Amino acid sequence: MKNGKKINSAVLKDYLTYAAVALAFVVITILDKQGFINNSTRGLLVPICCYIVMAVSLNLTVGILGELNLGHAGFMSVGAFSGVVASLSLAEAIPNPVIRLAIAMLVGAAFAAVVGLLIGLPVLRLRGDYLAIVTLAFGEIIKDLINALYVGQDSAGLHFGFNFRNNISSINDLHMEEGAKAIIKGAQGVTGNEKLATFAAGFVLIMITLFIVMNLVRSRAGRAIMALRDNRIAAESVGINVTKYKLMAFAVSAALAGAAGALYASNYASVKASTFDFNQSILILMFVVLGGLGNIRGSIVAAIVLTILPEALRSFENLRMLIYAIVLILVMIATNNPRVKTLISCIIPKKKGGPANE
Amino acid sequence: MKKNRILAVLLSMCMAMTLLAACSGGSDETTAAATDAATEAAGGETEAAGADNGDAAGTASGTFKIGGIGPMTGDAAIYGNAVMNAAQIAVDEINAMGGIQFEFQPEDDEGDVEKSVNAYNTLKDWGMQLLLGTVTTDPAISVSAEANNDRMFMLTPSASSLDVIDGKDNVFQVCFTDPNQGSASAQYIAENGLATKVAVIYRNDDAYSTGIYNTFAQEAAELGLEIVYEGTFTADTATDFSVQLTGAQSAGAELVFLPIYYTPAAVILTQASTMGYSPIFFGVDGMDGILTAENFDPSLAEGVMLLTPFSADATDELTQHFVSEYESRYGETPNQFAADAYDAVYIMKAALEAAGCTGDMSAEEICEALVAVMPTISVDGVTGTGMVWSETGEVNKAPMAVIIENGTYVTP
Amino acid sequence: MVFLSYLISGLSLGSVYAIIALGYTMVYGIAKMLNFAHGDVIMVGGYICFIATTNLGLPVWLAVILSMAACTVLGVVIEGLAYKPLRQAPALAVLITAIGVSYFLQNAALLIWGANPKMFSPVVTGTLQLFDGQLTISYVSLLTIAACIVIMIALTLYINKSKMGKAMRAVSEDKGAAQLMGIHVNRTISTTFAIGSALAAVAGVLYCSFSPMLMPTTGSMPGIKAFTAAVFGGIGSIPGAFLGGILLGIIESLAKAYISTNMANSIVFAVLIVVLVVKPTGLLGKYVPEKV
Repeated sequence: MKNGKKINSAVLKDYLTYAAVALAFVVITILDKQGFINNSTRGLLVPICCYIVMAVSLNLTVGILGELNLGHAGFMSVGAFSGVVASLSLAEAIPNPVIRLAIAMLVGAAFAAVVGLLIGLPVLRLRGDYLAIVTLAFGEIIKDLINALYVGQDSAGLHFGFNFRNNISSINDLHMEEGAKAIIKGAQGVTGNEKLATFAAGFVLIMITLFIVMNLVRSRAGRAIMALRDNRIAAESVGINVTKYKLMAFAVSAALAGAAGALYASNYASVKASTFDFNQSILILMFVVLGGLGNIRGSIVAAIVLTILPEALRSFENLRMLIYAIVLILVMIATNNPRVKTLISCIIPKKKGGPANE
Repeated sequence: MKKNRILAVLLSMCMAMTLLAACSGGSDETTAAATDAATEAAGGETEAAGADNGDAAGTASGTFKIGGIGPMTGDAAIYGNAVMNAAQIAVDEINAMGGIQFEFQPEDDEGDVEKSVNAYNTLKDWGMQLLLGTVTTDPAISVSAEANNDRMFMLTPSASSLDVIDGKDNVFQVCFTDPNQGSASAQYIAENGLATKVAVIYRNDDAYSTGIYNTFAQEAAELGLEIVYEGTFTADTATDFSVQLTGAQSAGAELVFLPIYYTPAAVILTQASTMGYSPIFFGVDGMDGILTAENFDPSLAEGVMLLTPFSADATDELTQHFVSEYESRYGETPNQFAADAYDAVYIMKAALEAAGCTGDMSAEEICEALVAVMPTISVDGVTGTGMVWSETGEVNKAPMAVIIENGTYVTP
Repeated sequence: MVFLSYLISGLSLGSVYAIIALGYTMVYGIAKMLNFAHGDVIMVGGYICFIATTNLGLPVWLAVILSMAACTVLGVVIEGLAYKPLRQAPALAVLITAIGVSYFLQNAALLIWGANPKMFSPVVTGTLQLFDGQLTISYVSLLTIAACIVIMIALTLYINKSKMGKAMRAVSEDKGAAQLMGIHVNRTISTTFAIGSALAAVAGVLYCSFSPMLMPTTGSMPGIKAFTAAVFGGIGSIPGAFLGGILLGIIESLAKAYISTNMANSIVFAVLIVVLVVKPTGLLGKYVPEKV
């Protein structure tokens, strides 16, 4: 009986999360319509949505599967560029921007999932920091590969070129027809992108992400994944298929990151592979750690706070990033040092009583 | 236990958030109040000024808000800071002259597309009427798309790619476009018979560098220059060029063309000298500034040739005034980015005066007015005399080939 | 001959990576944390040496000592203020704090020293000409390689012979048990940070002699490369860091020369992945069997 009650309260919390996200969306949309939202906040909405999805999807590998991933931006990159190729190449065939954005996100998710599976394979042999460095390495390799990629489109279809030994230095080297469209120009990336992303699309993507991740966590597969995190050997001994569940977590996480990447890319007129570098991966990891490992709601809050923070600090001018760094260190110490934590809980009385804590 | 921890995390984050919200909110109010006061005061002044010289030719009046976007932290911080410093000098000078008044607000974009668009939106909230920026090319492409959408007049001092102005009638450049420089360099090398075997080292994850390289390669092929070695590098590998230099040396290159910024170029010159390799090095406008890098040994750059629109050693009054002002304020010699930004502010002033804009006009009105007058004005600045613009936004000014001798630019 | 010169430039680059990786691996071995701020300590070391030689006019040897001293203090202060309060915290929390420290150092350097790059004068100049001038080796390369070997040997001796070294090994084996045996764990960790940071200062001076552009972000790329090198060799192992660093430098240099300059970094990382898939704990890492 107690068990049943627990599941119910967990499911109830999931519903509350959906409701909170939906409420936030409705409130922001209404405020925006009424003109209460300034340009800088409006401009942050889509990136925040992308970062929320990135943080939640990374939490799936880092928090729920328990494997440190330092290359999550690589999946975002794959999704961003495959999504842009899809949306730009279909520009004439499908004029409707909403459908095109949806296709871009789906294509981005699919490509990223495939890459996620590829990267998941060595994961099976590696653990801990060794795995972390392999994901970092994959992220850097993806960045280099996309830096060397040229994609153009003419009436014959898409043309691809790969600049391995300086054999291609401009889009003209793809030998396309006159008047062909350049989509990805090697290391210069995409320069003529259409702005398709909207806050509504970001909201839908967050809801889909939450639905997938929360249901996965509550499902049999999710319990298997968490069992792998807590004790791999014990999990294996009760017959949990390590390969299957690890790859599943990696692929789902990558696919969601890919969709977020496609959305992110379609928010800007120019996209460059070096945007999705090691620092970007670290930034997303910061959201996850600050929000709490395995804590989906925490990831959402952390992604929002840490994206707004540097913008809110703009009035400090050149001290901005220094203050950002100090705040980051202080928050980490405040949330993780036992002494500081007791101090905080003394000052702020707990909101809820016993039952939630037991 | 676990719940406790989560609760603690959330609570402390809430605390941090409220704190920050309080901070930023407070400072917002103060800045807003300050700006209001400033505008009022300025409004009063201009009214008075207007009464005084009502018969003067300049019809533009009032205070205009210029927003600046550029990397002030991170890898490209030198360029962003140079631009913002120089723009501030120009703004102060113009304000001191009386007449048209400027307010200048620089924002940091870390050289990143996302941050740059954020900075643009922040500046819009501030009430920006004209945009000076962005400094680097990739953010400029995205920001110019936004600016074109909002009808915000945009003048970039240094984003040189054609993609920045392509199809956007309200975006103008102060610097040369990349293709322009590539072909000019090849022509100069061929016409002066500097070399027949050429090596190129360029940064292939950079629009500026690849852009110049591509046109250089095309033009070189037509002019009969043989490119014997092509070395590339990226932002991540910009610290070690021994491999590329060995490659150029063993291919027998007599001249090494460096369509790159001066920071990696300085490393290349140092490492070439360590290796004992001394071809002619030929650079473009990004190379300017190499002599200003602190503690750079000018003997390494002896004989380096470059095409540049600006020389801090030029003897004309305008340049000397700008250079001495910059040096006295910031303790450094200004580079070409600074010079372009200094000119950009004066170009804005010239255009505003030509169009007869007033400070109470909206950004869109100013934009439409300036788009109409930009192709008609001609401005003399520190980066060229008689600069004129095409309707597409490209500047037309003459690059000047200089050679470095004894640590100064000499016209050959 | 050209091959040889590529090899030597790879070797000297690798030696710098190795010195940085030694610092990384020592700190990791004992504090079990990835100190992402290590690269930025290199940058600080470079700046201090620059100020001492160029602005204060001190002789090079004194400047190097000064920069080592300053970095040692910096390392201990960082450890005490940012990492010590997190001794019981999960590894990831410490990792993020280290990244915060790295941001802090970069931005503080930007405010103090400005964005304009400084040209570092190499600590030694000149070249060695071999085979009638066909092969040129700079003295900086030779010095770097020599310094790396000396540091490696000294560090190995220190860890294996000295009392503090013994304490370090004990702490890295089992912190709790070491404490019970009367080892001052906090002091041992602080000492490790001190040594690691002093090494970072040396690495900073050598790195900047080789690649003379000194900027607030100078340390981040060698930091990542050295982290890769440390894992490549087996993180926590001192000969491993040495081997990993050297191999990384050579692979990078040869890949640039013979395969593709565009893909040089990728090739390094691809080799790393292959090595780790074949040998999951790095080249010389210890295999620790999992217990249930």
